[in-house]
Amino acid sequence: MSVDTEARPSGRHAAGPPGSQSTMLRKTGDWARRAPLLPALIFMIVVTQLPFVVTIITSFMDWNAYYPDERGFAGIDNFRRVLTDANTRQAILVTILLTAAVVLISLLLGLGIALLLDRRFRGRGIVRTMMITPFLVVPVAAALLWKHALYNPEYGLFNGLLTWIFGDNAPQPDWISNQPLWSVIFALVWQWTPFMMLILLAGLQSRPLDVIEAAGIDGASQWDIFRYMTLPHLRQYLELSALLGSIYVVQNFDAVFTITSGGLGTANLPYTIYQTFYTAHDYGRASAAGVIVVIGTIIIATFALRSVSSLFKEEGR
Amino acid sequence: MSNTVTIVTGKKRRGGGVALSGLAWIVGTLFVLPVLWMALTSFHAEEDAAKNPPAVAAPLTLDGYRSFFDSGPWPSIANSLTASILSTVLVILLAFPAAYALSIKPVKKWTDVMFFFLSTKMLPVVAGLLPIYLFAQFTGLLDNIWLLIVLYTSMNLPIAVWMLRSFLAEVPVEILEAASVDGAGLIRTLRSVVAPVVTPGIASAALICFIFSWNELLFARVLTGTVAQTAPVFLTGFVTSQGLFLAKVCAASLVVSLPVLIAGFAAQDKLVQGLSLGAVK
Repeated sequence: MSVDTEARPSGRHAAGPPGSQSTMLRKTGDWARRAPLLPALIFMIVVTQLPFVVTIITSFMDWNAYYPDERGFAGIDNFRRVLTDANTRQAILVTILLTAAVVLISLLLGLGIALLLDRRFRGRGIVRTMMITPFLVVPVAAALLWKHALYNPEYGLFNGLLTWIFGDNAPQPDWISNQPLWSVIFALVWQWTPFMMLILLAGLQSRPLDVIEAAGIDGASQWDIFRYMTLPHLRQYLELSALLGSIYVVQNFDAVFTITSGGLGTANLPYTIYQTFYTAHDYGRASAAGVIVVIGTIIIATFALRSVSSLFKEEGR
Repeated sequence: MSNTVTIVTGKKRRGGGVALSGLAWIVGTLFVLPVLWMALTSFHAEEDAAKNPPAVAAPLTLDGYRSFFDSGPWPSIANSLTASILSTVLVILLAFPAAYALSIKPVKKWTDVMFFFLSTKMLPVVAGLLPIYLFAQFTGLLDNIWLLIVLYTSMNLPIAVWMLRSFLAEVPVEILEAASVDGAGLIRTLRSVVAPVVTPGIASAALICFIFSWNELLFARVLTGTVAQTAPVFLTGFVTSQGLFLAKVCAASLVVSLPVLIAGFAAQDKLVQGLSLGAVK
């Protein structure tokens, strides 16, 4: 530390007071500073942006692998077909419902559990480890587990428990057929609640405890402390977990593919596009759907990113 | 006066505390129960695995594991290991210099660059899937593990850049200036000043990248076949088998999840820091 305090003033004097850092930076040269950034930047542009340009071009083409001779310019036909197609509209609705439900429910559950785990009690570490487990199970494996070992109407654990509790006359619902979308949502909430909980717990543990204790001594109730101190402190963490959760849940493929295979009105956009392209080989139409998804995502992301930019405001750099 | 107040609130907390701790235990148990059930079922004989009511106390056997390993999962597990480890190494090699350029000596408009990286995460994977498939078909890279490695690198690179940047941002400028005044070169500064601060950050970034690569299904399913098939794709072979071999399915799911489970349990704190993009101090 002593080196630090000695070195700083001398550095300041050498470069002239206010702009010491910026003159130093200018000396290093713009290119020297940009060079380390370039490999990652170029890599990302080539791997993620170029394919998307191809997607845009393909979306204006008639292109079905089954009919290679009919390849040609299609204008906005693909878009018209996609947007007037009942299946696509259903898929858009399902995607919105699925994402909103999973993110909101797991965020609220995660907050509650994070508050429970923020307290000191015996076995807190064990409970936290138990809570993390769902997030660490490979998504396909988790979906298989829910589909076969839990939801199955004949030998799944849920109906097994019902038989245990109510005897032979227990109701034996076919969970996936009765509530297909909720079956997917429930399995995803189980997987994503730990993710939300982990981020929010980290947020809770970064609270300034002395201030909260002082508020308690001054007579603030638990609810007041939560409402006026904890929640504002957590805002950043809530936004971050909602944003990251949405990014992943919007694109969910594994659970829909595994649990219902997109049947019973649970096909979301990723699954629908996967089918249009992989099973139906309609490249033009799949691309048009892809472009529409991207436009929708950009609109939503613009709002989301604005809220994440608060993450930067906290920093002085 | 203030002494009595603390004692009273302390007592009140302890009273409700037992109930809340109990609740925490119950919730934790509920969340882990499906996985425990999966583990128990994997050690049951097939006829005991598919019973209603559940045959909890049925004799244990390794038959489920035996029949899973007999079905030849090793090549796909080896592919998953290769793809996950190599892409993680590539991600760190690309992300660290980038994060350095965005934090220690930030380039102009560095926030725009950061948002560009994050925005690529929001670009739906499916929108890029077709061109990549066509490209792979054209170049003969279908069913090639290297294509997956490159794609997984692009999938995780933005997250790693965000995480590493926030870890690097914690290196105080003063120390860096001091090092440069003392005549330390770039390499030396990186090694003795920056590295100690960011090594935990790199570890957590690597852990997250490994988990996401290991878990990925969509790319792997579309772009690989028999040679480069990954473990999750191998698992999808069980999707249509209507739970006929429940013990085998459970054994398979558990074995494929094991690397991630071990890594995640071993590095819980790093996982937390990583998941919040390093925003947690």
